[in-house]
Amino acid sequence: MDITALLLSRLQFAFTVSFHIIFPSFTIGLAAWLTVLEALHLATGRPAYRLLFEFWLKIFAVAFGFGVVSGVVMAFEIGTNWSDFSRMTGPIQGVLLSYETFTAFALEAGFLGVLLFGRPKVAPWFYLLSTAMVALGTTLSAFWIMINNSWMQVPFGYVVENGMFAPNDWTKIIFNSVVWSRFPHMLLAAYLTGAFCVAAAGAWYLLRRTFIAEAKIMLRMGLYLAAVLVPVQLVFGHLNGEYVVRYQPAKMAAIEARWHNEQPASEVLLAWPDVANRRNLFAITLPPPLGSLIDSDSLDAAEVGLDSIPENDWPPVLIPFFTFRIMVGCGFLMLAVAWIGAYLSRKGRLARNRTLLWATFLSFPLPFIATLTGWFTAEVGRQPWVVYGVLRTANAMTPFLTTQTAMISLVVFCAIYTFIFAFGIYYIYRLLRAGPVGRLVQPPAAAFSNRPLSVVDEPDAASAALHVPGE
Amino acid sequence: MVMFWVTLLAISILIYVLLDGFDLGVGMLFGIARGEPSRHAMISAVAPVWDGNETWLVVSGVILWGAFPLVYSILMSAFYLPVLLMLAGLILRGVAFEFRSKAKRMRWIWNASFAAGSLVATFIQGLMVGALVEGLPISDGRYVGGEFDWFGPFAVLCGAGLCIGYALLGACWLVRKCGGEVRDHAYRLIPYLSAALLVFLIAVFAYALAEHLPVMTRWLDRPSLFVFPVIGALGAIALAASVHRRDDALPFPMVAVIFAAAFGTLAISFWPYMIPFSITIEQAAAPHSSLAFMFWGEGLFVFPLMLLYTIISLSVFRGKTAASTDNY
Ligand code: HDD
Ligand code: HEM
Ligand code: HEM
Repeated sequence: MDITALLLSRLQFAFTVSFHIIFPSFTIGLAAWLTVLEALHLATGRPAYRLLFEFWLKIFAVAFGFGVVSGVVMAFEIGTNWSDFSRMTGPIQGVLLSYETFTAFALEAGFLGVLLFGRPKVAPWFYLLSTAMVALGTTLSAFWIMINNSWMQVPFGYVVENGMFAPNDWTKIIFNSVVWSRFPHMLLAAYLTGAFCVAAAGAWYLLRRTFIAEAKIMLRMGLYLAAVLVPVQLVFGHLNGEYVVRYQPAKMAAIEARWHNEQPASEVLLAWPDVANRRNLFAITLPPPLGSLIDSDSLDAAEVGLDSIPENDWPPVLIPFFTFRIMVGCGFLMLAVAWIGAYLSRKGRLARNRTLLWATFLSFPLPFIATLTGWFTAEVGRQPWVVYGVLRTANAMTPFLTTQTAMISLVVFCAIYTFIFAFGIYYIYRLLRAGPVGRLVQPPAAAFSNRPLSVVDEPDAASAALHVPGE
Repeated sequence: MVMFWVTLLAISILIYVLLDGFDLGVGMLFGIARGEPSRHAMISAVAPVWDGNETWLVVSGVILWGAFPLVYSILMSAFYLPVLLMLAGLILRGVAFEFRSKAKRMRWIWNASFAAGSLVATFIQGLMVGALVEGLPISDGRYVGGEFDWFGPFAVLCGAGLCIGYALLGACWLVRKCGGEVRDHAYRLIPYLSAALLVFLIAVFAYALAEHLPVMTRWLDRPSLFVFPVIGALGAIALAASVHRRDDALPFPMVAVIFAAAFGTLAISFWPYMIPFSITIEQAAAPHSSLAFMFWGEGLFVFPLMLLYTIISLSVFRGKTAASTDNY
């Protein structure tokens, strides 16, 4: 493949947005969990919740910082590298992104300061409110960005006017079945990410026999939540597949490595798609009608093969094929860990079962991998279109961008991101290693007082007492 | 509708300049601060609010994209490399907030990236404004210049000028938020920074006259524009008085007035162009259906809420920062 400005821009966008999504998927889940912890602490007064809150807040702060700085890059990159795209879709996508900024980012940013530094300065109820507002902000952000991206996947409600996409029906853009299966799918992915990270940290402490009481809370809350959410996630994943079948037959054919039209269709479980010869090598295939059943919920539906689509409208086949299987595989692994773990926990045997503790600990990358590969399936499978069926990626680029300039920016982003990522991961690791100990900041006697902080340097007696094994 | 969105865009940019201006300014002054306690105090003075401040950059960016897509696409692509540098600077100073307090031996890296990131981001912002004033080659709704057309003596002058301006805002913020050595040092800097800013403004004016920049004729055509410099001058006098009296609260609002005056001068002298002097506001505007949808939701309801969050967060952290404000 020739190195062109187009290729470099695509690589740069893919790299920066993949880097970005790692942090939102973690912070969206974590913000919700922090809100729950703070509410539990207010309701029960148990110090362990407070300790856990302060602990995860520090990790949240680092991840959130990453999310913000890498997100600001995204908001400008659309204009720098894809200027023709941004000019044409601004009336729709710019408007949607502005809704995201006004309703979500402003909320997050406004209350984040209170969340991180304001505990001694505000009343407990206001602190809880601030936590909830940050969590709400992250959720709204996911909502608007999913509408935005869904419009690129399946454009609704527009007319083309003066070379621009002019909206003519906002209700269709916002309320359509594509958005309402993809937004829940993304939100659940984020909650699962939070749940698995929390559970994995708990498992790790139990394996190291430290912070037993807090570790048990983390493990239990994480696994129970995941046990409920993974099956729901699989249902929404299936609904996502239905929209792909309906609106993007080429993507579906690539995901399934289906070369010829079939009725009823078979289902390729695993294979090595041989694109040049339009066939699958080493295929493990389920017989018909399982393909029709999986893709269209029907015993005799016809499924489209790549053969019947002009080759210049094909997406790359290998990437969607494998990334889709990795995502689904991660989903089933997560299901196994969550269900077995929740079962053992009900029986009270989890804390002693080292195999499952190891499995839980090692499973924290799974939701991240599933989220990334899910996005790769959706975005690479959409090629060669950037707005499906209307605007090709090749026509979306900044026309005068030179290979040299594109190379400079790609290298700069890779260098900076690698550098900060290495340190960020190291600092998060150090925080996790140190565990939920430390000084608690006492809430003030009077609401909204601005007197100097009262920082207690040693953990108070109640929480120190918690570090005895068992509860 | 179009009028509403230009106004809101202008307000957002002004809020951005005033808010992120002071924390970028504190970042630059951080570079010349001595001793860990001073640095800690300086960071604490902006840590709770910087994220909110930077959000106004995103707000301005997305209003531009949604309401004036043509201008967004031209400016971003024309300023490809400057935008890259600005983002690099903002990334480095943004992560420094979190990383500095967690680092032990490597703290110097984050100190350096906090100061350098702030400096680069500020310089580039000024440079882009300068290049815009000089004029970008545009034809058929696309940028037609080269990759380095934005680079020139005037743009560099404007970059340096904005660094001085933000540093001044930063110094006034520190006077307001800090005590002790940091406050005294900031008070000592304010006269120098103000003098430098004055020299810069005169230089810009002289350059514009000498080079016959198109903006110049507008200033001469519209004498009413001179009301802004007059407001700025009054602000400067009030600034001098408040510094003399060591009145901690006043210098910041006075510098804000000076900035607003300068901003007003610039904005009105572009009128009715958005990219001087080739794309007008009307040409750049998105279709009515976009502007109306933005207006009924975010313009009418959410924008006031955003101002409310900003005020809440600034007022929770009002008053002097105690040295121990960070809870890590
Ligand atoms: C499903 C979630 C999701 C996805 C797919 C994206 N983002 Fe994001 N973004 C968030 C969820 C999020 C968030 C949860 O709201 C963040 C992450 C952490 C944070 O600070 O806010 C955020 C931060 C964030 C910020 C900084 C906000 C601030 O200043 O506080 C910007 C400008 C963007 N994003 C823009 C984008 C763009 C242009 C994207 C696509 C190309 C994108 N995001 C994909
Ligand atoms: C955050 C999760 C996301 C990930 C991991 C992701 C991943 C990718 C990848 C891998 C590509 C390159 C595809 C290719 O060129 O072969 C791409 C392209 C692109 N995506 Fe996404 N994407 C995400 C979200 C979004 C969202 C929310 C939007 C829009 C609002 C978006 C807009 C684009 C655009 C404009 C391109 C560039 C044009 C193109 O190459 O198709 N992406 N993305
Ligand atoms: C049986 C399980 C699953 C199925 C059938 C499934 C199905 C799908 C499909 C068809 C897509 C592509 C949608 C498109 O092209 O726009 C997708 C995307 C995605 N998946 Fe899954 N999925 C499953 C499990 C998971 C799990 C467990 C996670 C994460 C924890 C996950 C996260 C994602 C994400 C983040 C995307 C990209 C966003 C989107 O396009 O909606 N998926 N999924």
